[in-house]
Amino acid sequence: MAGVGSACLTIGLFTALYAAGASVYGAVSGRGQWVTSGRRAVYCLAALCVGAFAILEAAFLRSDLSYALVAEASSTDTPTFYKFTAVWATQDGSLLLWATLLSLFASAVLFLTRRSLRDIAPWATAVLACVAGFFLFLMVGWENPFDTLAVVPEEGAGLNPLLRHPAMMIHPPMLYTGYVGFSIPFAFAIGALIARRTGADWIRATRRFALIAWTFLGTGILLGALWSYSELGWGGYWAWDPVENASLMPWLVGTAFLHSIMVQEKRGMLKVWNVSLICATFTLALLGTFLVRSGILDSIHAFGASTIGVQMLIFIACVIALSAGLILARLADLRSSARLDSLLSREAFFLLNNLVLVGLCLVVLWGTFFPLISEALTGTEETVGPPWFNRIVTPLALVLVLLTGIGPVLAWRRVTPKRLLRIVAVPAALAVLAAVVLLAFTDAGDSVPSLLMFAFVAFVLGVVGQEFVRGASARRVMTRESWPRALARLAGRNRRRYGGYLVHAGIAVLFLGVAASSAFIEQRDVRLSPGETMRVGDYEVTYREATARLGGDGGGTGAPISFGAVMDVRRGDQSFTLHPSRNYYSTGDPSKGAISRFFEGEATSEVDVRWGLRRDFWLAVRPDLISLEGPIARADRQFGDSPGRVQAFVIGTLAELYREDPPPAAFRAIVSPLVAWIWIGGAIAVLGALVAAWPSPEARLRRVRSLYAARVGRELTRA
Amino acid sequence: MNPARKRKIRLAVALGAAICLAAVLVYTSFSASSEAAQPSELREGRSYDLTGKVVNDSIARRGDELRFRIRDREGTASVPVVYTGVVPDPFREGREVIVSGELRNGTFLAERDSLVTKCPSKFTEDKQSS
Amino acid sequence: MEYGLALLALAALIALVVTVPLRRGDQEERQDQTRIEELRAAKEAKYREIRDAELDHRMGKVSREDWRAVDRDLRDEAIEILRELDRLEGTPPEPGARTPS
Repeated sequence: MAGVGSACLTIGLFTALYAAGASVYGAVSGRGQWVTSGRRAVYCLAALCVGAFAILEAAFLRSDLSYALVAEASSTDTPTFYKFTAVWATQDGSLLLWATLLSLFASAVLFLTRRSLRDIAPWATAVLACVAGFFLFLMVGWENPFDTLAVVPEEGAGLNPLLRHPAMMIHPPMLYTGYVGFSIPFAFAIGALIARRTGADWIRATRRFALIAWTFLGTGILLGALWSYSELGWGGYWAWDPVENASLMPWLVGTAFLHSIMVQEKRGMLKVWNVSLICATFTLALLGTFLVRSGILDSIHAFGASTIGVQMLIFIACVIALSAGLILARLADLRSSARLDSLLSREAFFLLNNLVLVGLCLVVLWGTFFPLISEALTGTEETVGPPWFNRIVTPLALVLVLLTGIGPVLAWRRVTPKRLLRIVAVPAALAVLAAVVLLAFTDAGDSVPSLLMFAFVAFVLGVVGQEFVRGASARRVMTRESWPRALARLAGRNRRRYGGYLVHAGIAVLFLGVAASSAFIEQRDVRLSPGETMRVGDYEVTYREATARLGGDGGGTGAPISFGAVMDVRRGDQSFTLHPSRNYYSTGDPSKGAISRFFEGEATSEVDVRWGLRRDFWLAVRPDLISLEGPIARADRQFGDSPGRVQAFVIGTLAELYREDPPPAAFRAIVSPLVAWIWIGGAIAVLGALVAAWPSPEARLRRVRSLYAARVGRELTRA
Repeated sequence: MNPARKRKIRLAVALGAAICLAAVLVYTSFSASSEAAQPSELREGRSYDLTGKVVNDSIARRGDELRFRIRDREGTASVPVVYTGVVPDPFREGREVIVSGELRNGTFLAERDSLVTKCPSKFTEDKQSS
Repeated sequence: MEYGLALLALAALIALVVTVPLRRGDQEERQDQTRIEELRAAKEAKYREIRDAELDHRMGKVSREDWRAVDRDLRDEAIEILRELDRLEGTPPEPGARTPS
């Protein structure tokens, strides 16, 4: 079947090229059949990619080790969930996933716009086909997922243990859906520029895709942070690592885009800004995809030199050149049809929010590429770390949160200062009250930025709550509904607005969690022997006993050996037990002894966290194997050639040895306040985005009716 | 004030703010940065972010202290490192690491908790994983 | 060889599917239909704007005079859209007719 899969990719490449060519020819010559043909080619492309992906997944699920990719990233003893997701842990597989998602999204948007946007759609088809074609080109030319091995190995390398965490495996598809989703508005923007139809039509057609993309990208970023927090042994969720930054930048600019398109829709302004923004978003999305795959920046994630770095760089350069050239060429068509009336208006504040978001993106860009910049400017490679990022980003983030509170309060065109003051009075009072209470009763005043953030978050939540309440009460004046019904109908009839408010509330809550957990974190690293106790914050942690498990770890990752500890934690009259551990995976390295092989492979920290709404208690252990080194070496010599069962028994004995008399282990305990609210805030934001993106029933009904009317018209013509 | 003048003022303010931000960026990044270097580039007396690969069979643990050698990515120049603090999960011989600290008397004394290990390559030409 | 056979089969299949519109010589929907779809979308958007403006006023963000002015503008724009929609939809479809858009 590998041959079929490979053929799908090759034919897919030619199909993509045909789709682009046919669409362009159809657009230029005005012959609609060619445009339709091009569209069908995109549908075929989607089918081919899905088919290829299915073949690859099937190979992974049955552990067909004749596939080079399966041998590289999976093994017969990998749990099924991770077999399925291992596909995108590899370069080739992730390229295929990108192409598949892109062709599916492209098919969806082209199907939905098949009767409209007649001038723009063909060019958009061509752009999407070219992007898909590029990814197929990379696969066919360099990174074919269907390469087979002449000599089929007995066992695969298995999935990197660090990746064996549900969040980490869902993270790439989420990110790619985000990146791919943004390519849709990009393609239509390019089409609008070429066809000189720079009104709001292209925006209306692709707005939902942009929103969906933004949601998936944001979720992907949060999942990555969650993985970092709960899987890695350092206890943080964001390290300003280049790869993290690479996914954050398109998200920031995408957020700006979602806001500024509203201004173009309502007032016909910011046309140049919008096309530039979406081109930038898409470029950053490509850059994000590229950064992970090149050695251009040193980081914890950036991998060594790859075979497709140069090609991606050339492609990105082409995208930038095309976008810039088109925008400059069409500047005359992009003139605003209105002017900014007042600074106290939604338009003005959306523009301000855009500037802050783009500013944030530039800061992140600067810091991420600083090694290259400094090398170019001064000759020495310098890096900036999290302290610099936090220092610069914090004030911008504060302004951003404040704006998320002011935006909803304003109206389009103009709000008089008197009215504005009257509307913000209550939320502002709430914010001041919150600040005063926090200053009086907690030590929140120790960190001024955090205190400000708390106050601003209170302001945002006050504004959102007020909007809901006042909106519902305005409804009730006319309709005499009950409160719950009024609220539901209010949101239902104004989904974009109230969904957006929910997103703002969610983001504010997220920043609450970030501020609290960064400024008021308490952390201790201590070595303990069984029976000893440590203190961190208000907690007392006692190392009760050591644990040693074989053949199955709690997380379902298939670890052969797991050493850990049972820890009793107490705070006042609250007490609980935690079980942090460390999983040891075996290595296939032939230079290691038969027994030490099991201890010298990858090792992951299995952190135990007690989640809580007010604070998290996070605990990790790093057992010291020093007392086992001697016995392991002896076991290597004695049992090196013994059958598997004997070796398993030996390892069991070693495990017992550890459990009965463990040397002091290194523990890290972290108390982070309000971390859970980061994830909760994210969930609220996603819910809000769902509400905002949900199609409204009236529009749907009318669309269906109009389709029937159109059909009647068509059939009348033919008759 | 006529609208055109208002717009010009707004534009000037926006540009001014942008220039301020840029100036802040450039100034703070150059003053807060630390120089990245490989073992062959180290010099005594200043702090670096040392990058390189962990030399095989060089890792030794003594209580809280971790000792190992780092060598150039392409090359043989290596330097011994003394480190205390949290050791990231992927840390093993042959892996690329970054650690901050200072070279003193031929030994690199690392800052606490500054060890960063690169996740093993997913996307390199080398399809072999250890 | 598996690869070669699959190549030929898929190529033939795709070629079949994408050339259907070319062979059918489908007379594509007139330019009008596109314009009608776009106008409908614009009409929906305009209605939403009118509703939004009214909500803003009822929540006290805009004064009555400001709202009246905006509402009037928006309704005028909506009427324009409806007028053009009627013009495109009202007349019976004529094959080959082209309307400037």
